[in-house]
Order: sequence, then structure tokens, then C-alpha cells
Amino acid sequence: MKNGESVIEVRGMTKRFGELTAVDHVDLTVAAGEIYGFLGPNGSGKTTFLRMLCGLLRADDGSGRVLGHDVIAESEAIKREVGYMTQRFSFWEDLSIEENLDFVARMYDVKNRRQTVRESIGQLGLAERKDQLAGQLSGGWKQRLALAACLIHRPKLLLLDEPTAGVDPKARREFWEQIHQLAAQALTFLITTHYMDEAERCQRLAYISKGKLLAAGTVDEVISGVGLTTWSVRGPDLAKLAEQLRKTSGVQQAVAFGNSLHVSSNAAAALERAIAPFRHEPYDWRQIPSGLEDAFISLMDHDKSAA
Amino acid sequence: MKKSHKFSYQRLRGIIAKEFTQMRRDRLTFAMMLGIPLLQLTLFGYAINSDPRHLPAAVLLADQGPQGRTLLYAMKNSTFFDFIRQVKTETEGRELLERGQVQFVVNIPENFSRDLLRGDRPEVLVEADATDPVATGTALGSLGSLFDTALQNDLKGSLATLAGTSGPIDLRVHALYNPEVVTQYNIVPGLMGVILTMTMVMITGLAITRERERGTMENLLSMPTRPSEVLIGKIVPYILVGYIQITVILIAASFLFHVPMEGSIILLGVVALVFIAANLAMGITFSTIAKNQLQAVQMTFFFFLPSILLSGFMFPFRGMPRWAQMLGEVLPLTHFLRIVRGILLKGNGIADVSLQLWQLALFALVALTIGIKRYRQTLD
Repeated sequence: MKNGESVIEVRGMTKRFGELTAVDHVDLTVAAGEIYGFLGPNGSGKTTFLRMLCGLLRADDGSGRVLGHDVIAESEAIKREVGYMTQRFSFWEDLSIEENLDFVARMYDVKNRRQTVRESIGQLGLAERKDQLAGQLSGGWKQRLALAACLIHRPKLLLLDEPTAGVDPKARREFWEQIHQLAAQALTFLITTHYMDEAERCQRLAYISKGKLLAAGTVDEVISGVGLTTWSVRGPDLAKLAEQLRKTSGVQQAVAFGNSLHVSSNAAAALERAIAPFRHEPYDWRQIPSGLEDAFISLMDHDKSAA
Repeated sequence: MKKSHKFSYQRLRGIIAKEFTQMRRDRLTFAMMLGIPLLQLTLFGYAINSDPRHLPAAVLLADQGPQGRTLLYAMKNSTFFDFIRQVKTETEGRELLERGQVQFVVNIPENFSRDLLRGDRPEVLVEADATDPVATGTALGSLGSLFDTALQNDLKGSLATLAGTSGPIDLRVHALYNPEVVTQYNIVPGLMGVILTMTMVMITGLAITRERERGTMENLLSMPTRPSEVLIGKIVPYILVGYIQITVILIAASFLFHVPMEGSIILLGVVALVFIAANLAMGITFSTIAKNQLQAVQMTFFFFLPSILLSGFMFPFRGMPRWAQMLGEVLPLTHFLRIVRGILLKGNGIADVSLQLWQLALFALVALTIGIKRYRQTLD
């Protein structure tokens, strides 16, 4: 699979649980070697979508290919070439690190199993802890173990479901460095996350809400797609100002960012009229390029008002 | 990629190894597997009384006269005995006893009527299958007075003296297979089946629901494992556990309770494999229905209770009402009890137990098929 070719190319993926449509006709294309971020609020259908891709859930509708295999009919073949990291730590807590890796290697019929497991332990810096039970590991170490286990059969595609939930910032940074290194070796990633900084580390993004794909593309494409105009304001008692602004028509959102307040709307002219009464001392106003977070909050709010 | 559809021994071995490691780490469950047999063995020192009637009996009637028949009618009217077969020879009667098809063989000798009327006190031999003393006790106990009163109408007038104090008939009872009528001989081999039923069904039920409860099932399903690999991989380690339990019980039966071991222990081992498989398959099926470990335990008890009550372990099987017997026939424990008592106490061979064995195997097959059919390869 060369760079540029599609590793995931699915159309109309749909999953219903009774009355609820958890994933509603989602299309997604992910190119080889890409780090693709999958964002959306809790319960938006991210996990369900990943599970459909790796054959853990049967799709009710949809078609397409994952690594060249039919996403519906060839889930067995897909499983062999995909590494799936569950949202919740799902390795065996009463097995040691080494036993877990060895078990996974056996399940994938890995050749030179013992050597592969030893190398994997070495690469992750887990050599001294290999006999420790997985259940006794801290969040960061559990996450390392999970990633190592997902990689042991040398998959071509990794599906990571909120891999950094409950992991400290240093471990998160190390984790992302590792992801980028692996992507450079032509591994493809589809990662779900809640964190904006992580979303910005992805080469392309998709935003899903209530099972529907609302935006997709590079960070810039997603932001410009939302078509937001944002002003930043500094000054005293911003909380009170924010409250006033939210009541003003023409302002869609007023969100505190540290010492400043981001005020944004889809309609640039209306926004400028709305903030005009407040543009005086002691407030310092300036127009800024909209960030990813502004864009996502806008998407989320839109969805809420639409519902 | 067709390779992935084949059964992989590497994967099977992996699952078995993992199961053993987890078993070793789970001290409580491990202790339970050994503790339950020992605990139950020490607790069950008593038997429960009951009054079974309509016990199947065969008759060897060599007498041509009317008094032999009168005696049989009296036995039938007592409701303890149902004469279901007439046999020609003693060996034929003995075979029926050995296979458990009848509980008694009544042997009324040639010239019984003549000898009776002469006052020679003819001998009537009643052979009883006493493996379960509770089942035969009441019926045998009634025989003495039954025989005395049965012939009262025939022994009137000048014959009245024959109905004297010593009785007109010389009643001989042979309690076969358990001559001293020791209840432990019946209970202890039965416990083997009870203990295996309880632990085997529960342990497998837990082994699979635990994966689901801890979220590791999602991981296992995302790997290219086949249902048969997972299920067989889960069953094999517990077969070994089952044999350890059997060994413990057999040693206790022999040294603590002095239960006779008439038949082949190897045959018992082979038969036990089918029985263990039947229970493990049942556990697997439960685990595909149960949502968590607690439910798996509850289901085990739903299965265990009828097993212990309707199999003939607690109450004599033939003392139960018809519907209860039919339910009991479905349960694997019922058949295993007959086999284990047959082998240990009666010295049954393969031919004697084959009917029960087939019924066990059928149960195992049906349960495993349902288990594999219901085991889902997705999280749907």
C-alpha cells in the first residue's frame, strides 16, 4: 500500500440499535500513511463506527473497502491486518505484560513469536516490568502496553479509540511522537479523540455528531468550512461581558480562553454590528483567525439548535 | 487470506495456556474447585427418607399352582411392586438387575404351591438392587407381613395351622451390590456427579462471562480467533480440573467411606469425560445468555437444583412422580449417577452402561451445538 492510496474507503456506513441510529450514512476516506482524527462529542457514534470497520459490529448499511478487503464480507481478513485499541483497557489484568503480548502474538499466528514478543517489550522499554501484572500498571503504562499489543502482528492500519484518555500530558506527548514515527513507516492511523491539541496533530479530521458526519478535511479546511469570524477581547471582568454578549443577537458564541474571550459567528457583518456597543475602553478588541476549537464548538452548537 | 478461516492449533494452545495462567492467579476459584468436593463429602453423611412405590420387578415363576400367583397379586396390590417382566432363568433376572431395568427379581420355585400346602415352608427368593438402600428399604420391609397375610384366604380350615407363628413361607432376601445396606455407598459415588455438575457448569459459565464483564471480550473478538477455538480452548483446561475432582472423590470414597470398587476405574474415567463435556457445554451455553458473572452463577443454580433433586441423587428416582422422572431423564446427572453406581457397586462393563452413555453424549452434543451457534463473533 503506497502513500496516497486509500486504506479506508467506505460509503454510507450505518448502524442502528433499535430506534437509535448510532451511525448514519457516514462516508470516510483515509489515505495510506495518514494520521486521521475522528472527533465528536460523547455518544456521537465514533466507537460504533470504528467497531464496524474492524468487524466487531455488523453494519446495517454501507459498503466499501478497508485495506482492499470488503468491509462487510471480509471482516476476517481485515482483522488480521488491523490493530484495534479499545477505549477501555481491554487486556487481561491478571496476566503479566509478557503473557499478554505472548497471547496476542499467538492469536495472530505471529511467526518467531518469542523473539517478536521480546523485541516488542524491549522497544517499549518494558523489559524490567515484563513480569508485572497488567492490572497493576498505571494509566500511561497500560496505554503503552495496549499499543505494543496492537502492533505485535505488524498491522497496516491502526484504529485507536480515545487512546490518551486518562493519560498524563508527558505520556500523551510521547505517545503522539510515537504515532508520528510509525506513520512515517507507512502505517495508517484512525484516532478518535476529545482533545483539540491532539486533533491539530492529525493530518486530516472528521467531525461526527449524533451519527452524522458534519465536517471533514484538513484542519484549515474544517475551519474555513465552518465559515466562522472570531474576535478576541481582553479587559477586566470578562465573565460579565461574556454574559452580556451571549444575550446579544448576532453573537453565536462567547467562550473564555485564558485571559481573553473569543466571540464568534458565521455572519461577519452581523457580528461586527453586535459587538460595536462594547468596543470601547477598557476593552481591547482584535479580529483573529478562528481556531479548531471555535469551529468545533460552533458545529456542536449548530447541531444542538438544529435538534 | 483464506488461511484465517482455518482452525489454528497455535491459537487454541494460546487460549488454553492463558486460561491455565488465569486459573492459577485466581486463588479463590482454584480453592473452590478443590474445596467443594471435600466440603460436600464431609457434609453428606446422611440420606433422605422417602417411600418409593411402583418399583419395577421381574418374576421367575416356576410354580404351576395357584398360590404362587396369589402371592404375586398380593405383592402387586401392595403398590410397592410393578411386575414388568417375566424371566425364564436366574441369569436373565440378574442381567436386568445389573442394568438397573428392574429393582427386584422375585423367584418363586417349582412346586411352590405343593410344598406350601404340605407345610414344607417353601423358599421364596427376592433379589434386590440395593445400591440405593432408601429405594428398596420400605418395599423389602413390607414383604414379611405381606407374605403372611397374602395366603390367609388359601390357608383356612384344616390348613390354618400352616399360617402359624413361623410363617408359611421361607422368605429369603438378597440385597445385591450393597449387602450391608450402607447409604454412603450410594451417596458417595453420587456426589461425584453432583460435584462435577456444579463446578463444571459454573466454571465455564464464569470463564466466558468474565471476558465480557471485564471488556476483554471486545479485544478477543477483534482478533482473528474462531468461536470453536475460543470455546474448546475454554473447555480443555476444565476437563483436567474435573479429573482432579474425580480423583479426590475416588480416593475419599475408597479410604474414608470404604465404598467398593467393583468395576473398571478406567471405564469410569472414559465415561466421566462425556459427562464432564456435557456439563461444560451447558456452562458455555449459559455463558452465551448470561450478561455478567452473577447471572452465570444464578443460571448454574437453576440447572443444579433440578439436577440434584430429580436425578435420583437425593430421592430415589423410582419414587418420584412420572413427570419428575421425565424431567430427570433429560438431565446428564441422572445418567451419570446410574453409570457411576453401576460401575462402582455392580461392576458394570461397557455393554451395561452404553445406553446411559449414549444419552449423555447426545446431551453434550446438543448443548455444545447451541453454545457454538449462540456464541457471537460480533458485539451486536
